[in-house]
Amino acid sequence: MATALKDQDNVASAERVVVRFAGDSGDGMQLTGGQFTLSSAMAGNDFATFPDFPAEIRAPQGTLFGVSAFQINFGSTAIDTAGDRPDVLVAMNPAALKTNVGSLREGGLIIADTGEFGKRNLDKAKYEVNPLEDGSLAPYDLLAFDISALTLEAVKPFGLGNKEALRCKNMWTLGLALWMFDRDRQPIVDWLNAKFAKKPDIAEANIAALNAGHAYGETAEISGPLKQHHVDPAPASPGLYRTVNGAEAVALGLVAGAQLAGLPMFFGGYPITPASAILHHLSRLKEFGVTTFQAEDEIAAICSAIGASYAGQLGVTSSSGPGIALKGEAMGLAIMTELPLVIVNSQRGGPSTGLPTKTEQSDLYQAVFGRNGDAPMPVVAARSPVDVFDCAIEAVRLAVQYMTPVMLLTDGYIANAAEPWKVPDMDDYKPFEVQFLEDVPEGGYLPYARDRKLARPWVKPGTPGLMHRIGGIEKAAGTGHIDYSPENHAQMTGIRAAKVMGVQDSIPDQDVTLGEPGGKLALVGWGSTYGPIHQAVRRMRRDGHDVSHIHLRHIWPMPANLGDLLKSYDKVIVPEMNTGQLKTLLRDQYLIDAQPLTKVTGQPFTIAELELAIQGAS
Amino acid sequence: MNDMTPVTTTLKDWETDQEVRWCPGCGDYAILKAVQRTMPQIGGDPANTVFISGIGCSSRFPYYMETYGFHTIHGRAPAVATGVKLANPDLDVWIITGDGDGLSIGGNHMMHLVRRNLDCQIMLFNNEIYGLTKGQYSPTSREGTTTPSTPFGSVDHPAEPCSFALGSGARFIARGFDVSKDLPDVLKAAHAHKGAAFIEIFQNCIVYNKDVFGEFTEKKNAATGQLWLNDGEPMLFDGGTKGLALNNDTLKLEVVDVADGDWQGAGVRVHDVKNRMMAQMLVEMPFGPFPKALGVLYDDPRETFESAVVEQMAEAAKGKTPNLQKLVSKGQTWTVTDPGPDL
Repeated sequence: MATALKDQDNVASAERVVVRFAGDSGDGMQLTGGQFTLSSAMAGNDFATFPDFPAEIRAPQGTLFGVSAFQINFGSTAIDTAGDRPDVLVAMNPAALKTNVGSLREGGLIIADTGEFGKRNLDKAKYEVNPLEDGSLAPYDLLAFDISALTLEAVKPFGLGNKEALRCKNMWTLGLALWMFDRDRQPIVDWLNAKFAKKPDIAEANIAALNAGHAYGETAEISGPLKQHHVDPAPASPGLYRTVNGAEAVALGLVAGAQLAGLPMFFGGYPITPASAILHHLSRLKEFGVTTFQAEDEIAAICSAIGASYAGQLGVTSSSGPGIALKGEAMGLAIMTELPLVIVNSQRGGPSTGLPTKTEQSDLYQAVFGRNGDAPMPVVAARSPVDVFDCAIEAVRLAVQYMTPVMLLTDGYIANAAEPWKVPDMDDYKPFEVQFLEDVPEGGYLPYARDRKLARPWVKPGTPGLMHRIGGIEKAAGTGHIDYSPENHAQMTGIRAAKVMGVQDSIPDQDVTLGEPGGKLALVGWGSTYGPIHQAVRRMRRDGHDVSHIHLRHIWPMPANLGDLLKSYDKVIVPEMNTGQLKTLLRDQYLIDAQPLTKVTGQPFTIAELELAIQGAS
Repeated sequence: MNDMTPVTTTLKDWETDQEVRWCPGCGDYAILKAVQRTMPQIGGDPANTVFISGIGCSSRFPYYMETYGFHTIHGRAPAVATGVKLANPDLDVWIITGDGDGLSIGGNHMMHLVRRNLDCQIMLFNNEIYGLTKGQYSPTSREGTTTPSTPFGSVDHPAEPCSFALGSGARFIARGFDVSKDLPDVLKAAHAHKGAAFIEIFQNCIVYNKDVFGEFTEKKNAATGQLWLNDGEPMLFDGGTKGLALNNDTLKLEVVDVADGDWQGAGVRVHDVKNRMMAQMLVEMPFGPFPKALGVLYDDPRETFESAVVEQMAEAAKGKTPNLQKLVSKGQTWTVTDPGPDL
């Protein structure tokens, strides 16, 4: 791409391009990126995005820690990651340049707004001299001009105040980016008109800025590095497509799961980054029988969901690491009372408050082991925004069929990242309708009777003749009465473990995502590391390396064949965004010498990092 | 209280086959009987009734009621009850809690349940002690209470349960005590109130805090120690020889003598269950100079949480047909017809 950008043709073509928009957290970079993503979707490109923003809502202007960035990788071939290194960096101020230029590909293009490179902003970004003028950006192509002034000029007719006028800068920039990649402006114009329907002057000012940015590209035709590029549509199977991010896909998957189970859904949530968006999405879907309850705290959120499950709805709660920690005791209650419940953990960097807006996979131990007592629970992990949809349905199925809480793991990256989604045909999904016990069965009613899956019957309060009491105290097998006796506790602990282990009978065998069963080396991943692992393995295989990619959806219990599969490789490497949690689990379960490959910077793996690991191992 | 069809039952229909495991002589036995006696009187349906408790001696209660029951975790009964009632507003929900469960570890949930006005009955057994953990002082223990965790006496100011509930926005406040013959009447009034009905029940923990309420619960102290309140009736006690009046200068309550039944002449006020300010004064008046206010102190219903939720859901869903296929196909979409060269 670096060379392609210098192509002298009028419209050069490129296979894939990585663009990063970076600016102040108040500059609207996420919005810009989101709309650019939409235009990529409309152009038929495959893509993956990576929004990366600070925890502060409006950090002090111009500061290094207040920089918000949005990266998109789009192309005419299959895209699995948001891209290792940007080809184009749009830097709206010195701080954005400073924090992002390091990841720009050598020879890449920097577009900078000189209007923001005054002394004050340079000082805030801790630049002693203006980097646009001191030659320090020589390894890159630089296109620096006064976007601020050009924006002010463009929106002048609308009589906005200086501050409001400057807010249109991001649309000016977007207009330029749309021109650069040969994109249609109309969807963005429609979006602006809809967004500012009540403030038509603001809509028009933004549209004017968008058009001005576009026109700048068109007419400036400077002989410098700015060229127009065309990225062909990516091959895709025919059908209806849309964009989706992980948070929305969780919400849709949960609704679909509840519908397939034939249940109304109750969602108890408490605001927390990056999980809140799930609550927001679900709160608008009341016609699907979804009750959302913003509880007073994380504990009440899960306890209310348990109450709803007890009363016969599908109880769901969601949070991120710190909130999941608070829910621990209540998860134990759901395990003990054997009620269905889905707990969604949108993981973020930890421990404690940690990195609220950054991604990490460090809650695997917490998901599998993080409760008092022997408290087993199925754990399902999603690999991408699109994959969350099916994983959520799977979590619901396991919860209602096995009468158990189920943990669904996603992460900050998946929650915020968007990708194209071929809209599923809901007729392809097999319903798993719940049967409540409504009459006294032959031989009498036992609240802790077992079916073939070892699940106990689900009885709705209000059902005549089936009154019973449940609780967190150890239950007598069968009757469910309080029973502390040693034999009974041993028996019940065994039943709870066997029931969860029995999930293996209803999940598919582990497949090899890419490569062959058996060989020199396998990379075993879970969650959002899917994209970089997949790309790295694909490239290394192309270069002749004997390496395969295995990606787990079911973290607990793991598929029955996993041990044998892993033992068929000479070497197993486990890349994870933590200090080696799945690695520990694999070693413990299968006594294999799984080697960790860890990253805990709050950033996803790059493909290059994984390629290096493969090279070193084979 | 929920709108339900009365069912004919007897006390026996509400008893389970479980052995009751409270200490002999515990006040909980009397409360259990009072509840089992009340249920037939209110036409309760065991199949439609749910008792939900937290952790503590009182929280074993659901095991002894032949209804649906959920013995949850410490302090969380209000949260579980909220989920139960929102999932099925037709259920008659009773929360059983104590001073530690409801006001210490679960104080936050209690506040929010009361604020939201979830339709249920909250029976808070107040014995001013942690019984099940062997006698530590509780948030309602009086200053100077000597316990294993406060060998030199507790130094913190106690919480006043009814004041806490009122401060949280409660629309029904009542008080009773374990062995009181009037407890069923208090429970009936609570059940008749649509919304969160908060009932503080003074309960005698004979092992760790024996007779701590004896100053007003014992027979010999009943006349001077108990002021039973009835809506529309004068606030009289001690056989009608004393009453409560409001001093118009200090705006404080005071005890006045009533001669020859002339309570009007003595300035005794008539109890008005809808007077929130008066309820506040009644729950705050110090025992000793004043009697203990018992019965229904405040009862002024307003819209309940679950009915507002149900109403909003119906309103928001009006005219919309739930169509999953449509839902997943929403947003900005595009259609691929030509799969491209690679496919």
